[in-house]
Amino acid sequence: MKVLVAIKRVIDYNVKVRVKADNSDVDLTNVKMAVNPFCEIAIEEAVRLKESGQATEVVAVAVGPSQCQEQLRTALALGADRAILVETEGFPQPLSVAKLLKGVYDQEQPGLVIFGKQSIDADNNQTGQMFAALAGLGQGTFASKVEIAGDTVNVTREVDGGLQTVALKAPAVVTTDLRLNEPRYASLPNIMKAKKKPLDTLTPEALGVEVKATIETLRVEPPAERQGGIKVDSVEALVDKLKNEAKVI
Amino acid sequence: MSILLVAEHNDAALNPVTLNVLAAAQAIGGDITVLVAGEGCGAAAEAAAALPGVSKVLCADAAVYGKQLAENVAPLIAEAAAGHSHVLSAHSTNGKNTMPRVAALLDVNMVSDIISVESEDTFKRPFYAGNAIATVKSSDAVKVVTVRHTAFDATPATGGSAAVEALASAHDAGVSSFVNEEIVKLDRPELTAARVVVSGGRGMGSGENFKILEGVADKLNAAMGASRAAVDAGFVPNDMQVGQTGKIVAPELYIAVGISGAIQHLAGMKDSKVIVAINKDEDAPIFQVADYGLVADLFQAVPELEAQI
Repeated sequence: MKVLVAIKRVIDYNVKVRVKADNSDVDLTNVKMAVNPFCEIAIEEAVRLKESGQATEVVAVAVGPSQCQEQLRTALALGADRAILVETEGFPQPLSVAKLLKGVYDQEQPGLVIFGKQSIDADNNQTGQMFAALAGLGQGTFASKVEIAGDTVNVTREVDGGLQTVALKAPAVVTTDLRLNEPRYASLPNIMKAKKKPLDTLTPEALGVEVKATIETLRVEPPAERQGGIKVDSVEALVDKLKNEAKVI
Repeated sequence: MSILLVAEHNDAALNPVTLNVLAAAQAIGGDITVLVAGEGCGAAAEAAAALPGVSKVLCADAAVYGKQLAENVAPLIAEAAAGHSHVLSAHSTNGKNTMPRVAALLDVNMVSDIISVESEDTFKRPFYAGNAIATVKSSDAVKVVTVRHTAFDATPATGGSAAVEALASAHDAGVSSFVNEEIVKLDRPELTAARVVVSGGRGMGSGENFKILEGVADKLNAAMGASRAAVDAGFVPNDMQVGQTGKIVAPELYIAVGISGAIQHLAGMKDSKVIVAINKDEDAPIFQVADYGLVADLFQAVPELEAQI
């Protein structure tokens, strides 16, 4: 089975974001960018499926500007066989991304499509589910375990009350949660090898998709700062404060 | 305006977060219809009919909607959305699972995790792990929105008397089925609804050591939470995780024990009214948001705390 992995280029998770002075957006000038951490888990899962003989080929796909090639090369260094960039101006909104990925899906005909559950920039948690709806596929979101048995994909999901397992008919969609696996680091030889792996570029026009934005960002501001409080020197003082000052116990 | 509110429930009863979503719906204004989809969900539909300010309850009671499989429920919601200007649900794992699917079926974008209603089409939502707040305006014909429940004060649970209308349609996409679930049995308040939350982090050292937090939690009738580090280390189950990708909580009192305060954890609890941090590392970032910090060995401080409250 072929596995398609959708990845996103985002701000590195170690970078502290700052809001621009004009409140138009966050400031990403000269900021380190990386593969979205949940998408790294998606790549890892796909590569493990290939290593265990359950997947025949791993194709990484990204939607965004040409700089996303860097993240696709990372995916190739981590073990993807080839990569596809759907090149757009900036990053389209989730419905358009889902439509573009549906176009790639129709061309590639994979048996499994793996997404990160959310990107750490927009924090939307939408694209995988939107894609699944457009493609008419079953979805195993927030996956902590994926097992393939013939034409069935069993996905254990992290839900509010605990864990839920669903059986999906392949082809199916999985979105990864944190505990699905621990992604590997790319080795230097693999980084070198990745430079020679194929990376194709497609356009929205070639996929017959009109990229549309329907959500306008009017303003971006930093969150209300929480004022740090005081340090108390004993449990006794703490209990006194909670009882008599904060009055919460 | 006409709002379709998708109820969060377990068939027998409404999940309390539905009351917070109702508050968001009332902030938007207009006519409110509640959709209850499930299997044997009549009791939940009756509870929805009693919600204040609700004009109608749609009840889709069918085996295919059991366990809220998104593949089957999403087409139902999309169908019921006809004629409505907004579709709202909680930003719970259920809402996150189903609502983007609904949006795609309606060919619209979606606004996730709103924390305020500015107008009928404009909302505030956190992004970048809560490090920035965006004001966004949707031009879609139907606004599909999930609501951060801690940002809206719950409405009363009673006061209304809406009619319940049965929906006959049963969508079966035939691509997914429920296998099993391991739902953690709680003898404490639910994490996202508790007045007090006691959370442990990596500093707890082991799952066994979480027991010392239980005494404090028992005395305060608190829910128990954990940081991602504690869940990843296998100390406690995933449903206890508080943070950017876990549960968002905003109790009256949040007691963080042995939690350093990674930004992703803070994103899940910094709206708590009073934050207490107990950590032996005086430079831990958690102290920057804590109202009361105690630099101490938790294994001494927690039993002392239990004894004194």
